Parts: sequence; structure tokens; C-alpha cells
Amino acid sequence: MIRWSAAALLSHWRRHPGQLATLLLGLALATALWTGVQAINAEARASYDRAASALAQSDLPLIVPREGDSLAVADYVALRRAGWQVAPVIEGRLRLADGSARLVGLDPLTAPALPGSGGETDPARALRDFISPPGELRGHPETLAELPAETPGRRVATEALSPGTLVADIGTAARLLGMGDRVTRLLVLAPPGPEVPPLETIAPGLREAPPSPGTDIRGLTGSFHLNLAAFGMLAFAVGLFIAHGAIGLAFEQRRGAIRTLRALGVPFSTLAAVLAAEALALALVAGAAGVAMGYVLALALLPDVAATLRGLYGAPVAGSVAIRAEWWAAGLGMALLGTMLASAQSLWQLRRLPLLAAMKPRAWALASDAGQRRLALAGLVLLCAVPVALRIGGLAAGFAALAGLLLGAALILPAALSAALALAARGARSALGEWLWADARQQVPGLSLALMALLLALSANIGVSTMVASFRATFEGWLDRRLASELYLSFDSAAQAAACLPGIPAEAVLPVTRAEADLGGAPGLFYGMADHPTYRRDWPLIAAVPQVWDRLVAGEGVLVNEQWARGADLAPGGRAQIDGRGWEVLGVYADYGNPRRQAMAGLEAFRALHPGLEETRFSLRISGDPAAEAARLVAAGLRPDQVTDQQSLKAESRAVFERTFAATDALNLLTLAVAGVAIFTSLLTLQALRLPQVAPLWAMGLTRRRLAALDLARAGLLALATALLALPVGLALAWLLLAVVNVEAFGWRLPMRLFPADWLRLGLLSLAAALLAALLPALRLARVSPARLLRVFADAR
Amino acid sequence: MLLEAVDIAKSFPGEAGPVTVLGGVSLSLGQGETLALTGESGSGKSTLLTILAGLDRPDRGEVRLGGMALGPLKEAELAAVRRGRIGLVFQQFNLVPSLSVAQNIALQARLAGRHDPDWTAALAERLGLGAHLGAYPETLSGGQQQRVAVARTLAARPEVILADEPTGNLDEATGDAVLGEMLALVAETGAGLVMVTHSDRLAARLSRRLHLARGRLA
Repeated sequence: MIRWSAAALLSHWRRHPGQLATLLLGLALATALWTGVQAINAEARASYDRAASALAQSDLPLIVPREGDSLAVADYVALRRAGWQVAPVIEGRLRLADGSARLVGLDPLTAPALPGSGGETDPARALRDFISPPGELRGHPETLAELPAETPGRRVATEALSPGTLVADIGTAARLLGMGDRVTRLLVLAPPGPEVPPLETIAPGLREAPPSPGTDIRGLTGSFHLNLAAFGMLAFAVGLFIAHGAIGLAFEQRRGAIRTLRALGVPFSTLAAVLAAEALALALVAGAAGVAMGYVLALALLPDVAATLRGLYGAPVAGSVAIRAEWWAAGLGMALLGTMLASAQSLWQLRRLPLLAAMKPRAWALASDAGQRRLALAGLVLLCAVPVALRIGGLAAGFAALAGLLLGAALILPAALSAALALAARGARSALGEWLWADARQQVPGLSLALMALLLALSANIGVSTMVASFRATFEGWLDRRLASELYLSFDSAAQAAACLPGIPAEAVLPVTRAEADLGGAPGLFYGMADHPTYRRDWPLIAAVPQVWDRLVAGEGVLVNEQWARGADLAPGGRAQIDGRGWEVLGVYADYGNPRRQAMAGLEAFRALHPGLEETRFSLRISGDPAAEAARLVAAGLRPDQVTDQQSLKAESRAVFERTFAATDALNLLTLAVAGVAIFTSLLTLQALRLPQVAPLWAMGLTRRRLAALDLARAGLLALATALLALPVGLALAWLLLAVVNVEAFGWRLPMRLFPADWLRLGLLSLAAALLAALLPALRLARVSPARLLRVFADAR
Repeated sequence: MLLEAVDIAKSFPGEAGPVTVLGGVSLSLGQGETLALTGESGSGKSTLLTILAGLDRPDRGEVRLGGMALGPLKEAELAAVRRGRIGLVFQQFNLVPSLSVAQNIALQARLAGRHDPDWTAALAERLGLGAHLGAYPETLSGGQQQRVAVARTLAARPEVILADEPTGNLDEATGDAVLGEMLALVAETGAGLVMVTHSDRLAARLSRRLHLARGRLA
């Protein structure tokens, strides 16, 4: 019995292969978007774990120099002799074929476990190979591939290290980086006992520092990944609308067969089991295809995402995707869950199906005005919850508000469209116009799921593109003000600077001097700022006290970046603690793209606090051609990495910015494509149910071609109406992203700017998508045989 | 007795309280007997048929098939009875549109686990469907579709056939032809037949006739 029941039900797909294809496509696309994002996130997390565990130093306290970038080996030796359990570390940048890598030199005898170690059959030999000249360079295969051939050292590839990081013996690293008898920092392996003399006694030029914040990238990038995950979820929700619509329609079209089978003696439980098994099989097939597509998507997007994470956060992420069980399972799980959710309603309807009721074609989703009103009410409740979530505050509440806004608006859409169309119908002058409006209104229930998907996609598109465009406009202005100097120089020593600077025809030489500092309890950078019109005119201050520059020069206070100000609730006139000393906050400045706290004092005040600090970085105002001057300086003996002209720096910053949103743009477009598929699916499958509605008009003298054109117009009309409703939702979404999510996630707030040309473009795009989706059903209607239309009357007899 | 209904009553909720559709109807049907149920629209004919088929339950009274009371049976057991012992023919044909004519004819017999290809083929030929076995229902005329529905019912060799206006969607000539073939085949198989019809002319072709008026036998 089960076999023949299944055969009868499944034969539907054989007769409707297009419907099966769209169902599988929708589900697979949704799974692909979700899985792609999961794969990217999983890859990034794995890279962070590698980075954190590889050097096993992220949670160890440090000893660093009070001034300068390095400390003497003699200080290390003195500390060891005094009983301090410390291990030396050398760190610097090593040039690669394209860019540079972070080289970390460790002492294998005192340092924690070496990365890539543990599996050797002969540990003693491995250690000997590591330290013996020319030494080993351990790194990710991607990084080693970019290492110039002339760089000495045996290459040892290991997946245990993140891309962009190389590890070597401390002696090897010292040779490669030209460190001589100096090291970068010391790791404190165990707290000193009471009998051990304090640090100040042994090495007064050194100080203890908390564990390096640079390796705590998981927290910094968390919000970025949350953004991606939220987008993946949104795309999946849009895909679910397709699956729900397609599965619901398949149930609807088989109502007759199901009723017949029940009348012929097949129990409900058997039918339900067959339909559930069918849904499961569909989910598995589409899910597997979706996971595979997601893998391809991740492969395409990961290089941009990795570049973003490297550029924005310094987080090393591999540019390749490994097939991981976690996102395979997540993708298939979501496909199964989504299909089961989509099937549950239909199964419930099947349970309540009267066995011998006359067959009445009905839309499979929201059949009645009452149903639309109930949904609209639920949507209103969700919208009302948005301000409540905002009042609670926090990133999670921000995302909850986003979800409430999008879902609430989607639920209200069918009722809003019906109301708008009813209103429009009142103004119709001709009989055909009246029919068109009434017909469009009648189609809303059947198309509502697809239109909801379109609304979600359009709103997300408007919201995210407004955010990105606002960000871009603000960022461009900020770059121009922040990078006002034409040339930036970084010398190896103050002596080199003193020898080189006088020969440069600069209008102004502005030192860029800085030190690591404790900013209100968190590590950050403290800068000394020269007094120059460049800064007075261009520095991107968000808020400031009166005479801010005069007071800064006089050493009366500091400027703090927006991240610190928002995180610690600082405002001009308030107090900020830097290395334990209280300063008045004179101003707050925009500092996009930097996750850390930052502060700036007047140059003289800063120099007084750090008298021994060598000044090796300078920004130069020059009137000539910066690129030509940069070339001249390189020709005169400076290394290329010591000279950066403003245009290159801006181009690099812009490239990081564009890469940041490349993945978002791609997901945006894909979500819109999924919504287009949803409309296509709905229109195609609604067509069979529509014949009884258009046949009478055909009989009354409208040509099939005219009817098809009206169908196209109706699809365009509904898409445009949806786009109109998506505009306020998208703008609200943009506001939430800029004013709530960004502030919570990144610590800065951007002014929202409006780009009506983008809305127009998107409106036309959605119109085109709807017309394209409606084209095939319309063509079919234009070519439907008169016999088929006549049968409508015969069936109705 | 093959089929017995004793004091069947049924009412449905209406705007002004329950509406009685059947007010205590009793009937019986012997093996090989054919019974026409006639009456005006709303007289309760179709409701009585659904109760006889075990598709609905009476508020009062009992239906017995071959001496077995249907009332105490659970839904799955009722379904098994329908599958194995009862054949239903509907006014709307109720064919499965995605199955071919041959598959539709064999469907109930297969569900009941007693598909006989020779018998099914013979039925198809007798009903003039031999040339359409590979076709799908939507390509057939109404008369042909009803023939498929009749063949589907008879292919399972049910003990009782319950037909709800089986010729209601057909023109007179086609309806006569389909009924003639159905009666001949019923006589051959020895099944009992209860047929709901509006037509006195068609009712006269059956061995017995009961008339329902306002939910009672007249």
C-alpha cells in the first residue's frame, strides 16, 4: 500500500518537472547562501584558533620597553639570572614577493610549544634542524610560496600557522630582521616568586604589560562575522519562502489525489509518512546541492573577506576553504529544518481536509482576508517590539530589532498591498481597469510569499547599500582629512631621520610619534601631535571644547578616538585615564577602521612624558609631486617600504574598504536573485490556477496576447508596489545598521546619507526581475490552446 | 446481509442551530443487489452514502458490512475496510491526474494488494479504454474519465460499490452507456451496488429504489 500510495503521490513530480526543479533550486540556493557564509566564518574561526594557539602567547603577560620598539638581550639575561621565568621574542616584518609577512622569532628552549611541532618521530633532531644555521622558516604554505628565493633558511610548511605569519628560531629571526643583540619583548612564563627582585630593580627601562591584544582577534572580528551570519540567515529566510511556496503548491495541486487516495482506503498516517519522507528526500537532495554550491560561493568570496579581515583587523585568514563537517552539517540541517517547517503547515491542512468536499482551487498560502489581517496584526506586534529591543540595547538586541523590522514588514505586506490595490480600484475608469486592479488584488494571496521574499531582499538591499554608500562617502571625506600630508616616511633610527630630512624640500615636517599605552584600562596607542594648520584645519573632529587646538598645544588635555569615547562614555570636558594619569578630554575624532582605543596629546606634552623615545616616523607637507619625491628618496637609499605617498596610502585604504563590502554586495545581489526565483516559481505555478480567471475574459473578446500583456503588467505593478513599500523599510534598516549595529559592533557612528538614484536603480531592477520572472508564464498564456481554455467551461459545468 | 444501515441520524451545525440531514434512516443490501437512492438536493443522499462508506460517522445508528459494525472501528481500520471491501465512484471522477489511465485503473487494486493484470486489462477493453491506457486523465472526455473511475473500482473486486451520481457530469447517452457497463460488470462480479441519483429514469434500471425526503425514507 505504501509503495502504491507513494507512486501515486510522487508521479506528480514526473508530470511537473519544472515545479520540482524550482523547488530544488530555491532550497539549494537558500542552503548555498547560508552554507557559504558558514564556511567563510568557519574558515576564519579556524584561522584565529591557529593564530592564537600557534604562538601560545596570547594569554601570557609581557615585558616591553618603556621607550622604543626593542630591548637589549643583556636585560633578558639579567632577568633570567635574577630568577624571572621569561622567554625572548623577536617580531618584525619580512618582505614577500607581494607585501610582507610577520616573522616571529622564538627561543625553542624557553618558549612555549613551537607551532607545527608535536608529530615528529625524533624531537631532538627536529629541534636541531630548527636552530641550526641557516635555520628553519615555518609558515603556512601560502606564505612560504610568496617568500623570495634569496631569503635564507629551510622552508617548513605547516597548516598550524595562519597565512601571513612565519616562525623561526630567535637567532634566525635576529639575522633576517637585522636585530643584532636586541629582542622585541619578553614573555612572562610564570609569575615571579616573592624572592625574585622586582623588574624596576633589574631593568628600569622595561615595564610589564598585559597579554598582547593583537592576538585577540576573535573578539574584534566577532561583529563582522555576526553581520555575515545575519546576512546568511536573511538569505536563507528568503529561500525558505520559495521552499514554502513550492511545497505548499505541490500539496495544493495534489489535494485531489490525496482525497482520492484517502477515499480509496489509504490511512492519513500513511499519506503523512509518505509526504514527510518525500520532503526529507527533497531536502537532502537540494541541501547537498546547496552545500556544494555554498562551497563554491565561499571559494569565490573568501579572498575578499580574508583581505578585509587582514586589512581591518590584522586577522590572518587563509584564502582557501577546507571542507569542514561543521558547515556541511549546518547547511544540511538548515535545509532539512526549512523543508520540514515548510511542510508542516501543508500536513496540518491535509489532516483537516474534508474527504468528499467538492474540489475548490484555492491559493495555497493566505487564502482569506482574515488570514491577511491576522498576519498584519502579527507584523504590527513585531514592529512595536523594535523600539523595545532598542531600549534594551546591545548588539544582540540590535539584531533582534533588525529581525523584528524585516519580519514585521514582510507580514504586513499582503494586507498593505490588498488595501492599496482596493484603493486604486476605486479610481479605475474602464471595465478592464477595474478587472485588472481586482485581479491583481486576487493574486496577492497566491503571490504573497514571493512578494514577501522580494520585500525582504529589496529592504536588505536598500538598507545595506545605504549603509555602505554612507560609509563610503564619509570614509572618503575622512581619508582626505586624516591623510592630509603628501608623504609619509618611516626611518630605521633617529640618526637616519636626522641625516635624511634636511635634504627634502618640505613645507612642513610633522613627527608621527607614538607609544603603546594603557587607555582607560585597555591597551591602545597614544600619539604626540604637532601643532600645524594641517591638523587645525583638517583633523576629523566630531566634538570638541572651544579653543581645542590651543589647549591641546598647551598640554591641557587630549583628543580621544570615537571608539574609546563611545566605549567609555567620554565626551569633551570629561576625564580620560592614560597610563594612570588623568587628562581632560578636549575633543573626539573619527577613526574608522581601527578597532583599538587611541588618544593624542600635544607633541611637547607627549615628548615630556616619553623623553627617550626615538622619533622615526614623519608626515611631510610638500608642494611638489609626492610620487616623484618618493622615487627620489628611494633612489637616494631609503627602502621602498620606508616611503609612502599619500595617494598610495589612500588607494590602499580604499581597496581595503571596497574589499570589506565586496562580500556584502555579492550576498545582496544573490538574495535579490533568490527573490526573483521566488516570483518566477509562484507565477509559473499559479498559472494553472489562473486559467479559470482569464478564460471568461478570453471568451468575452480579449485576445490571449492582450491577457498575457495584462499579466505582465500585473506582475510589474505588484513588484513596483512592493519596491515602494520596501523603501521605508530599507531606510529604517539602514538607520538601524548605522546608528545601532555599527555603534555596538565597531564603536563608531556614521552619518546617514540618502542616495535616491540608487533607489531608482533598485526599483527598476526589481521591475525588470519581476517582468523577467513573469515573461515565461505570460508567453505560455499567450500560446495556451483555445481547447484548454474551453475546457475551463467544460470543467465548470 | 451484505450491507445494513440501522437508524442512521446525522446533523450539521447551522447558523440557527444544528441542521438535521438524516433523521433515522435504515436500509439493507444483499449480495448482487442494486439499490438506487433518490431524492431532492439536500435530502441527505450523499451524506448517507459517505456514512455507508465509512468516510463519515453517524450521530446515531449503526452501519454493518457483512455483519461487522463500522462504528467501533478506528480510522485506520475504516481505511482498511474501504481499501479492501468497498468501491467508490464519484460524480467528479476523482482520478489522480499525474497517473496514466492504466495506473489509475490499477490503483485501488494495488492498494488493496490484489492487482490482477488480466482482469484489469479485460475491464479496460470492456469499457473501451484499451486505446487510452498510456494517456493521462486530462486528455480524456468526461465519459471516458468516468469509465476509468468505474474500472478502477471494479478492478479491486469490492464487495460493495457506492456510487455518488456517477453519471451526473455526463450527457444522457454517455451516462446511459457508462451505467449499462457498470451494471453488467456488477452483475458479473456479484458485488452489491448503492447508487445515488437524481434521475428516475436511471433509478428504474436498478433492482430496488429508496427515496429520501428531508432526511427520511419516503
